[in-house]
Amino acid sequence: MASLKELKGRINSVKSTQKITKAKQMVAAAKLRKAQAAAEAARPYASRLAEVMGSLASKVAGQDNGPLLMRGTGSDQRHLLVVVNTDKGLCGGLNSNIVKEAKIQARKLEAAGKTVTFYLVGKKGRAPIKRDYPNAIAENFDTSLVRTPGYDEASAIAREVIAMFEAGKFDVAHLIAPVFKTVLSQDPVTTQLIPVPAPVATTESGAVVEYEPSEEEILEELLPRYVTTKVFGALLEREASEQGASMNAMDNATRNAGDLIQKLTIQYNRSRQAAITTELIEIIAGAEAL
Amino acid sequence: MLHFELVTPARLVRSEDVHMVVVPGTDGEFGVLEGHAPFMSTVKDGSIKVYKSAGAAPEEIKVQGGFAEVGANGLTVLAEHVEG
Repeated sequence: MASLKELKGRINSVKSTQKITKAKQMVAAAKLRKAQAAAEAARPYASRLAEVMGSLASKVAGQDNGPLLMRGTGSDQRHLLVVVNTDKGLCGGLNSNIVKEAKIQARKLEAAGKTVTFYLVGKKGRAPIKRDYPNAIAENFDTSLVRTPGYDEASAIAREVIAMFEAGKFDVAHLIAPVFKTVLSQDPVTTQLIPVPAPVATTESGAVVEYEPSEEEILEELLPRYVTTKVFGALLEREASEQGASMNAMDNATRNAGDLIQKLTIQYNRSRQAAITTELIEIIAGAEAL
Repeated sequence: MLHFELVTPARLVRSEDVHMVVVPGTDGEFGVLEGHAPFMSTVKDGSIKVYKSAGAAPEEIKVQGGFAEVGANGLTVLAEHVEG
């Protein structure tokens, strides 16, 4: 049985933990709103770009001399997994879910006889992936230096990945990133990044569109931008997912701390009463002995 | 009136009806009025001039890199960066 003093100390320590988790929860809620607004604001650009891509790609599709980023290297032997993790913890199972998804994909590819390398974005994916694939990590990208990763970081990542592709380091790239559905669910999703999957051809209006410069040249310039937008979208989703998961995890932690405090308080009061009763018995016994 | 939209990855900067827009295309500047034929061009670094009405002084918006698309629903400029 713990002494009264020990119990008191434990109650106080749980109380201060609860204060921290509560504060973190409120911070996450505020940041979530911002992150969601940012994700919302980025949607018009992404959808317009996809539209333009669709109409352009349907014109260039089927030609063998299309841009390298679109037709690929002609092989699918070496795969690169771009895994987007968060930089900070305290967000429940988010990072372990992303890592799990990455490992499932890696195992699937390896079972098919392909080689897999990783390009890791964010700090939290490094250790668990390194444990299983110590020699397969090609690059780490650190996003923890800036407060909120923006388009500049996304284009830096995309540039690096495209440079690796052009240097012939891999044939196919996949992007593994969380998708923010609700505060309660953020599932990691794998999408193909390079070669850029041919978008579903949009229904043509029939009008003849003039291009300046030529279709191929525009597409050539548009593809890296499309990859960047994909990465940017993943970063925004990651931000929203991180805050959502963090809010949820901290809410649970606060509630657990509350339960624990209640239990400890009951235990504390019981042992206090027991101590008083023992003392009384001693006094009464002493008085009777006189 | 011409419907003009200026979009960056971070946000929708402009969405308004204007008289004319002059865009710095890679192969030279071009002006877009209402009823322009479908057209697509890359945009070089420079400033977009927006004429709210005929004869009005243009408003300049500095942009970096991107695309301009003229379609049935007006002019859309996708820029990587917009100043101001």
